[in-house]
Amino acid sequence: MNEYLVDVRNERLSFFTPAGEVKALNDVSLFVRQGEVLGIVGESGSGKSVTAYSLMGLTAHPGRLVGGDLYFNGHHINEMKERDMRKMRGNEVSIIFQDPMTSLNPVYTIGNQIVEVILLHTDKNRQQAHERARELLQLVGINEPDKRLKQYPHELSGGMRQRVMIAIALACEPKLLLADEPTTALDVTIQAQILELMMDLKKKLGMSIIIITHDLGVVAGMCDRIAVMYAGKVVECGTTDEIFYHPSHEYTKGLLQSIPNLNEREHKRLVPIEGMPVDMLNPPKGCPFAPRCGSCMKICLKQMPDYTQLSDTHYSACWLLDKAKFESQGDVQA
Amino acid sequence: MMEDKKLIEVQHLKQYFPVNGEKLFEKKVVKAVDDVSFYINKGETLGLVGESGCGKTTAGRTLLRLYEPTGGKIIYDGTDITHVNMLPYRRKMQIVFQDPYASLDPRMTVGDIVGEAIDIHHLAANKNERRDRIVELLSLVGLNTEHANRYPHEFSGGQRQRVGIARALAVNPEFIVCDEPISALDVSIQAQVVNMFEELQERMGLTYLFIAHNLSVVKHISNRIGVMYLGKLVELADSYELTFNSVHPYTRSLISAIPVADPETSRNTQRIVLEGDVPSPVNPPSGCRFRTRCPYADERCAAEEPKFKEISSGHFAACHHLDRVK
Repeated sequence: MNEYLVDVRNERLSFFTPAGEVKALNDVSLFVRQGEVLGIVGESGSGKSVTAYSLMGLTAHPGRLVGGDLYFNGHHINEMKERDMRKMRGNEVSIIFQDPMTSLNPVYTIGNQIVEVILLHTDKNRQQAHERARELLQLVGINEPDKRLKQYPHELSGGMRQRVMIAIALACEPKLLLADEPTTALDVTIQAQILELMMDLKKKLGMSIIIITHDLGVVAGMCDRIAVMYAGKVVECGTTDEIFYHPSHEYTKGLLQSIPNLNEREHKRLVPIEGMPVDMLNPPKGCPFAPRCGSCMKICLKQMPDYTQLSDTHYSACWLLDKAKFESQGDVQA
Repeated sequence: MMEDKKLIEVQHLKQYFPVNGEKLFEKKVVKAVDDVSFYINKGETLGLVGESGCGKTTAGRTLLRLYEPTGGKIIYDGTDITHVNMLPYRRKMQIVFQDPYASLDPRMTVGDIVGEAIDIHHLAANKNERRDRIVELLSLVGLNTEHANRYPHEFSGGQRQRVGIARALAVNPEFIVCDEPISALDVSIQAQVVNMFEELQERMGLTYLFIAHNLSVVKHISNRIGVMYLGKLVELADSYELTFNSVHPYTRSLISAIPVADPETSRNTQRIVLEGDVPSPVNPPSGCRFRTRCPYADERCAAEEPKFKEISSGHFAACHHLDRVK
């Protein structure tokens, strides 16, 4: 019924806090094809993690889905019962988190935690599950798996723990792996190992990956397509090359200009994005990026722009793409 | 602006910390910084990079005598300050911390946080003068007068880091240790703060020790860069020399591990992926500390510690196999 593995349509999700409604996701649409790697890039609070969690039905209180449709692998997430959801999680879709120390249970051995997933989702017996756990540790490049299975999380290093997390996530060969800042807590040399491992496993197992990060370097090397989020909206989406070489949204352009390039041979001043991230309790009217945008027009402060399709794969929500039209109407730069 | 005059120099700096061993009552030492020597010229920025636990932060703090050094010498502007009363030097040497959420007292207004240093060093004759100075400092870092009466929790991360910088500038220092000052900030805010550091340096002739794990940022802001691994300086050179002509196998793998924000480049480059993890600093490997992860390691590396020597003008490295490293 649907050619996409993941299809999010006009998702709206709000957190009903004592201070008021926070519209964490405001009309988010995304899709992921089979075997594709999608990167979601954005600042803290832009809604990138919330989008991923809602796909697994893991929206934390006081958050609630208030609109839109989420489809994953033939399931209509909105209408799923918690029981079915539990069958799906860890089996068809699984997640790895930023901090592998807090996402592993400190009082169970590594072996216990991997075996648990396998017993829960397959009809293997304990011995077979244990054998599978061994295989998985080898798959993620952990030496001496028999010794590691008996160890507790605190006995492992950060990179090792993240490998264990990946082993747990892949235990049932899911169709989709959500990676929420999987390498942010790790050192660069370890980050390189983990990213390499993820791409390797993707090739072997053919799953789709959604990788959430704020590091443009990570997405440049890994992703087929990239969605840029700002203040609960996908402001631009396209293939990796389109985003990096033909960015069309002012926020994307700003992000790309504000990071120093290691390969540059002369010193250039960075071009920062001025201003501060949006206060999500009182988001501005119109385009959320307008207050920080260097080429803001009057219309930007009044109305949220629709998507402009720039190619089959590339779309962006910015009034400047229609600039000529507004200039003819006398909308000078504000 | 830059003169070839050493403002600060450390010689064979050592900083050991006692820790509990694995067995009950067993005592061990962590050699957080072990025999590190470098100098920083007036008006210059020296970058210090390395992975977590390599001792870069400890080096920065020991330099300011926030820790009492276990061994070695710290020389500031020609004077040995390893064992002197630091109060007069606190006016000249300041620090900006990594976490702007933890380094500001939540019960003090921003005005008082910035003003505290002015009080301690008696830099203002009366209340009006003190207030004027605070306003001046806040505007220097891009904040307004009204911000002085607010508390840290009312600010965003980027603004708090600005307060931290204003506090460091309050005493008109000559030298500032910037300890991971941007790693807790959002990407779009990092560039603002980096540019501010550069502008302040140009305007006030400041000297920086810029500590960070992000080599791209360090290269951007520094004149020279030192690379640390497990408490040792393994390579030190001009920042372009270091990024494009590095000679130490660790520096090379570190540079190659950095994800480049350019799809074309990252598709076409072959990464050197290091095996394994950083060993524990309680039990560092014998000889060269990098040998357990180094593709070039042999028996000599295990037996003998390589000397930190000058290989070309201003370019230092510690490795036995410099001729073999490609």
